[in-house]
Amino acid sequence: MTDLKKRSVTPFQYGVKQAKKYRQLYVMMLPYMIFFCAFTIIPVFISIFFSFTQFNVLQPPAFIGLNNYIRLFLDDPIFAKAVKNTLILAVITGPFGYLFSFLMAWMLCELPPKLRALLTVIFYAPSISGNAYVIFTQLFSGDAYGFINSRLLNMGLITAPILWLRDEKYMMTIVILVSLWMSLGVGFLSFIAGLQGVEKAQYEAAEVDGVKNRWQELWYITLPNMVPQLLFGAVMAVTNSLAVADVTVALNGFPSTNYATHTIINHLNDYGIIRLDMGYACAIAVILFFLMLFINKAVQRVLGKVGT
Amino acid sequence: MNRVKLTRNQKKIQKIMKKAERQQKKMHRSAFSRLMTQGRSNRSTAGSITLLFFLFLLALLMLFPVVFMVSNAFKPINELFIFPPRLFVINPTLDNFHDLSELLADSLVPFSRYVFNTLFIVVLGSVGHILLSCMAAFPLAKFRFPGSKLLSSLVLMSLMFSTAVTAVPNYVIMSYLGLVDSYWAVILPAFSMSLGLFLMKNFMEQVPTALIDAASIDGATYFGMLWRVVMPAVKPAWITLFIVSFQSLWGATGGNFIYTENIKPLPAMLSQLSGSGVARSGVVAAISLLMFTVPVVLFVISQSNVLETMATSGIKE
Repeated sequence: MTDLKKRSVTPFQYGVKQAKKYRQLYVMMLPYMIFFCAFTIIPVFISIFFSFTQFNVLQPPAFIGLNNYIRLFLDDPIFAKAVKNTLILAVITGPFGYLFSFLMAWMLCELPPKLRALLTVIFYAPSISGNAYVIFTQLFSGDAYGFINSRLLNMGLITAPILWLRDEKYMMTIVILVSLWMSLGVGFLSFIAGLQGVEKAQYEAAEVDGVKNRWQELWYITLPNMVPQLLFGAVMAVTNSLAVADVTVALNGFPSTNYATHTIINHLNDYGIIRLDMGYACAIAVILFFLMLFINKAVQRVLGKVGT
Repeated sequence: MNRVKLTRNQKKIQKIMKKAERQQKKMHRSAFSRLMTQGRSNRSTAGSITLLFFLFLLALLMLFPVVFMVSNAFKPINELFIFPPRLFVINPTLDNFHDLSELLADSLVPFSRYVFNTLFIVVLGSVGHILLSCMAAFPLAKFRFPGSKLLSSLVLMSLMFSTAVTAVPNYVIMSYLGLVDSYWAVILPAFSMSLGLFLMKNFMEQVPTALIDAASIDGATYFGMLWRVVMPAVKPAWITLFIVSFQSLWGATGGNFIYTENIKPLPAMLSQLSGSGVARSGVVAAISLLMFTVPVVLFVISQSNVLETMATSGIKE
């Protein structure tokens, strides 16, 4: 027995041997991994470290334990509002944007190729260009010259212009609308490509086997074939819907009226860029980090069950 | 034994008859409904028309802000402030573009400088991103070695949080490296965007292993395999990576990193202009249109390549 043990290699030794065999590959990955570590992996840990300190860039960070977190949860009503706003936005634009992307992609795939290509561009365009959403400030402008206001005034539906982007009653709705307008992004492309990738033979077989309409086809053939793309689209939808920030600044200003559309990232930027309270900003970042990971993992688990 | 066979045959016959029936129905359909249903018997013409109509309406809704933006760029100043504002332009002019070039010829930093800055950032960032991603994706896609699974799952995980999370430490790292207020503060993080690596890795997994084995028998090094065998086979993926990094860098204002006016990119100038009040509305409309058009045109050109890459974008468990 002891002989055998001596001769067989431990997993660790085997690993080292393999690593030596493939050392060229490590060299190949090195440049990317250096940047990836420097700007993605290490910053996450630095964030966690800073979140336990008071740090204003000028002086070295001073360790203050959990104080930042205590302040966030017990002493910062604006953070609570930001979390609430972010979750409302995410819960609405996430799932609806996701379903919208999928339905659009699915309907597009019923069309002839030329028309499909054209409509793909039209639907994808809003999310391509970084700040096309700025146009909504003119559509929903608060004076009588705003596009929507002027139409409503002319029709006699309102007597005075509505401050769409400054009135708490409407701000959130408009941010949601704009986010939905931009929700057909990379996930949408993935869906289109995935739908085209389902083998034609499967549909033909289904036709013979008595799948009566396109809804049955969607449920029994298309969806089970699309699980990987559905998972990818979900990651994009969750991450984007929790990261809304530039849109609220462009539409509602910073800070927005009574913080009505203040999101977690707005709050993070407020402390990180304007107030230079880096430790506190990092505590916000850490919470957002775990929130995004947790929701993503949960959604992946649920979607993994599609078609099984 | 015999009976089972018989029923099987009967079933087959029934199926064939059903299919023939459907085929016949299809033959009776008009040319129009054949077009609408793509010749599939389990599609109804009415359903297709409803779907098309619905899509058409939604496309109009989605297009509406875009149309407004495009026509704004061609509106003379009196039409920009007309009451009620109109969706379409009445007397289209190129005044706004003209004003833009005039304004920028007079300004301290010439317009061409902003264009150069943005192009420099976009081109260098994209090329570096494509090269580094290819080199990192090839080992992860085609080999199993210690750490490969861990690295793949790290990349996948980094898709799950946005860059805002790492913004503060990134600034600290940049200032530590002495890169604040230079192009590199925007370019270097773009090298390691994880979406690019993810898409490239998935696409490379499709390249037949036999090709790589053949190269290996011929005595190629890993670099040789990547350059001569894999790179030519994944052309759609590098076009896609270019589009992805272009889109993210084209809109980059360099906000927190770049302070010197000389090296600010285009979007930074756009936001300064739009802050300068009503008098510049026409110019802002013109620039917005320019900023919007370039990435859309690039996407139109590369659409088929992008979709080919996206077909492999799924997350496999």
